[in-house]
Amino acid sequence: MRRRSRYHNGGDGEGTSDIKPRLWVLGVFVLIFFAALVLRLWYLQIIRGSYYRELSESNRVRIINIRPPRGVLFDRNGMPIAANTPSYTITFTPEDAKKTPGVREGLARILGISIGELDRKIQAEGNRNPYQPVRIKENASFAEVSEVEANKNDLPGVMVQVELRRFYPYGEFAAHAIGYIGKITPEQQETEEFQGLPPDFLIGQYGIEKAFDRTIRGEPGRKGVEVDAMGRHIRLLYTTEPVAGEDLVLTLDYKAQKAAEAGLEGKAGAIVALDPNNGEVLAMASRPGFDPNIFPLGLNADEWRYLTQDEGHPLNNRALQGQFPPGSTFKLAMSLAGLETGKASLTKSESCGGSFFFGNRTFHCWNKKGHGTVALHKAIVESCDVYFYKLGDAMGIDNIAKYCRYLGLGTETGVGLREKPGLIPSTEWKEKVRHDKWYAGETISCSIGQGYVSVTPIQLARMAATITNGGVLYQPQVVRAIKYKDERGTMFFPPVVLGNLPVNKANLEIIRDGMRGVVEEPGGTAHGAKSEYVTVGGKTGTAQVIGLGKGGGKKFGDHAWFVAVAPVENPKIAVCVLVEHGGHGGSAAAPLAKQVIEAYLRVDEESRKEKETMANRTGIKAKAMANTTGAATRKRAMQNRSAAAKQGASR
Amino acid sequence: MIDKRTMARLDWGMLTALAALVAVGLTAVFSATYTMDRGRHVLFMHQVYWLVLGLAAMVTMVIVDYKRLERWGYVLYGAAVIMLIAVLAVGRTGMGAQRWLPLGPLSFQPSEIAKLFMVIALAKFFSEDRITDGHMLRELIKPALMVIVPVALVVKQPDLGTALMFLFILCAMAAAAGIKIRSLIYLIGTFAVTTPLAAEFLWGHLKDYQKKRLLVFLSPDIDPSGAGYHIIQSKIAVGSGSLLGKGFLNGTQSQLSFLPERHTDFIFSVISEEWGFVGSVFVLALYLFIILWGLDTAYKAKDRFGSMLAVGVVAMISFYVIINVGMTVGIMPVVGVPLPLISYGGTSAVTTLVAFGILFNVNRRRFKLFY
Repeated sequence: MRRRSRYHNGGDGEGTSDIKPRLWVLGVFVLIFFAALVLRLWYLQIIRGSYYRELSESNRVRIINIRPPRGVLFDRNGMPIAANTPSYTITFTPEDAKKTPGVREGLARILGISIGELDRKIQAEGNRNPYQPVRIKENASFAEVSEVEANKNDLPGVMVQVELRRFYPYGEFAAHAIGYIGKITPEQQETEEFQGLPPDFLIGQYGIEKAFDRTIRGEPGRKGVEVDAMGRHIRLLYTTEPVAGEDLVLTLDYKAQKAAEAGLEGKAGAIVALDPNNGEVLAMASRPGFDPNIFPLGLNADEWRYLTQDEGHPLNNRALQGQFPPGSTFKLAMSLAGLETGKASLTKSESCGGSFFFGNRTFHCWNKKGHGTVALHKAIVESCDVYFYKLGDAMGIDNIAKYCRYLGLGTETGVGLREKPGLIPSTEWKEKVRHDKWYAGETISCSIGQGYVSVTPIQLARMAATITNGGVLYQPQVVRAIKYKDERGTMFFPPVVLGNLPVNKANLEIIRDGMRGVVEEPGGTAHGAKSEYVTVGGKTGTAQVIGLGKGGGKKFGDHAWFVAVAPVENPKIAVCVLVEHGGHGGSAAAPLAKQVIEAYLRVDEESRKEKETMANRTGIKAKAMANTTGAATRKRAMQNRSAAAKQGASR
Repeated sequence: MIDKRTMARLDWGMLTALAALVAVGLTAVFSATYTMDRGRHVLFMHQVYWLVLGLAAMVTMVIVDYKRLERWGYVLYGAAVIMLIAVLAVGRTGMGAQRWLPLGPLSFQPSEIAKLFMVIALAKFFSEDRITDGHMLRELIKPALMVIVPVALVVKQPDLGTALMFLFILCAMAAAAGIKIRSLIYLIGTFAVTTPLAAEFLWGHLKDYQKKRLLVFLSPDIDPSGAGYHIIQSKIAVGSGSLLGKGFLNGTQSQLSFLPERHTDFIFSVISEEWGFVGSVFVLALYLFIILWGLDTAYKAKDRFGSMLAVGVVAMISFYVIINVGMTVGIMPVVGVPLPLISYGGTSAVTTLVAFGILFNVNRRRFKLFY
């Protein structure tokens, strides 16, 4: 009956007195849980509120970097040779596509690439911020863009933007000088110069684009776009406009450059043209070449292989980085050294029987029959090897090296682009580097620009300029001016004089006359450079290629050189032409120099004539303009006049 | 039946709190469905209709003497079990679970109604067994069996959240009805021993998404875009609300659809994001007020049945609130339970209002004098 006693009887059984204390316990439980919830809310909303606020912002805002227009590069006459053009870019934010299957597949199909390739492009941007759109396809075609737009709802995270793209209207034109742009490399991201730039920002990676990057790159802008959870654009939140880079006026002359490149078409080699009076680079061509337009778009495998593995080394700027034995062009430096040391003169003659014996070796003249009696002028004009063997032997290598240094050979010119120094040997050099003493026999081959001697084409062009401009050694320049968009206006770079040759000016005249003879006189080696239009002076060179065909034992032809100035009396242009394996300088290189000279000087001549005509007309200008001259002529006259005015301002 | 005295005995403070909750709920549903409805407010109007229906049901419950419920207690229980079987047989599937039963043009969730009927049946059981000095284990076998049947049916749907809710309600009501200390120790001991085994067994029978939810609760970062997405986005929404919130319709997590299930299970995140800490605590305070008022009703009830009924309803509301809010702030696993009176959902709204009707009923009949 124990159990019975537990039951309340009657009305008491309906009582709730036993329940009441237990309700307190339940109430306390509820309070504890509610307190926990409030504490948790306090933690999330108050203590970590700003952290979660940031997370919610990065959830909804996609920051799209707007590329600034890079500064336009003009040739010296104001023709744009590196510009910007609007193009479509397709971007993709992988985080926005996570909840929709098939986005990557769809995008890859539209772009005609494999999924693997797409993933590589995404991963290439290693340290991008989450939710940062990745540029998948730049310069997308209209068909690709319309297909993306048509399938917008199935492609969350995929966006199309119109942005300015670097554009080189003439493709390969002056590519080595202008260079190209590309993404900031991981190594560059470490450096201070590129801090704060978006990871997919394009910077100059080669040539002038690289050397002047800070000036022409501009500042990126930003666009904040609100998106929803499906990656769809809801609205534009804000825009910070990019700041355009400054424009540059290059020293390059479109016509001279064009002529140089036409001459090298299908060949390997380089042409450099300088203004002897200030060191400005009028043309800088190197072949084989490349199209800089392809770099910012990302290279495909074939392009990459061609650019990096082709044995023609298309990326190599031979004008600055090609180190070759100068061959007989070196005789100009030899002549200066000989005249200055008194070992050579217009009257002091040697005899050439076709060869020269030194020690137990025979050194041949290129003319096996010999040149007979030879003094300096004839030696230059006919390029007599024996004369210079003897001269070199008489002077010794260190005298040669001394005058080469004055002329800027065997050292970087300071043009501001990546270049190689070449080499002018000396006894000191041999001891230091080769740990050996200099043998007099080695001087003999150096005397005709072989042996250890190596130079770059730009060094030879400058040597010709320095000899014929009265002995001023200029630092070559590729940029004439920065055209600032603000009140600074156009700022010109003054010529940089590195030194004045400590030589007798009369000796320079003797060499210049020799150069004239090379082209103009009977017996001269470079009749191919003779122009009906202007007196050209120069020096040929045929550099023997020894040991280059190593391994396969492949025979290579000699390198053909020609250095030239024109007009000889008062040079306005100095040119150096190198044609690799081209054969004789006189036949393979000299005609190319002539073409560059004529292309450049004719323009000058034309504009001078136009200027005179314009001056004559000033009085009756309006009438003359309305007169018989065709519209096209008038237009050209106006252009030339403005070009002339620009030049006038620079001096 | 409604006379001046009846009206006078209605608790106006409680009514105000209830009205405030309904208002908060409608505001939140309006905001949460704003984007998906594209300004047409279809879902919002649905909720309004359901609430009107719920209010009518609540008034009915206030009028009808709860003693009648006692009489019909086990019948209601039987009806609940039949509904749960029916839902498995012919129910409509939604979001991976079979939870809805069609009723004319509408459909409803029998498991919601079953919970309320369960409370009534258990209240009847615990008031009729007349044990006041604590139940022994064998005296709890019967109510446990009563609960196991619907739990099994609900698990089959599968709806883990509601199944847990049944068990919690049983625990709370048993605790209120009294358990012997020794029995309690036995219970806890057995529980401690069998839980790992049961968990092991249950794990094998869980659906993949349920396993994921549990794993993800322990560590949301293992799958931030998949199963962990709910928790992470909800925490971002709540946290980014800060002190005062982003403002009505300005919650970026909510309006830009980053927050999943935001008009149902995660509606508290919407409130937190748009109204901040202040708004969240205000809502919790309303719930606490109602819960304490319910406990007070149980305390002052004139008979055991009324008291147990109130305890059951209070337990139901408390668990909903604690688990739902705990889930949105990342301290409870994601189990699909609605926030009473606020989450979008007709059955839940009607059931909750009916439950409050019962509370009012018990509350106003607490004085024997007028009975």
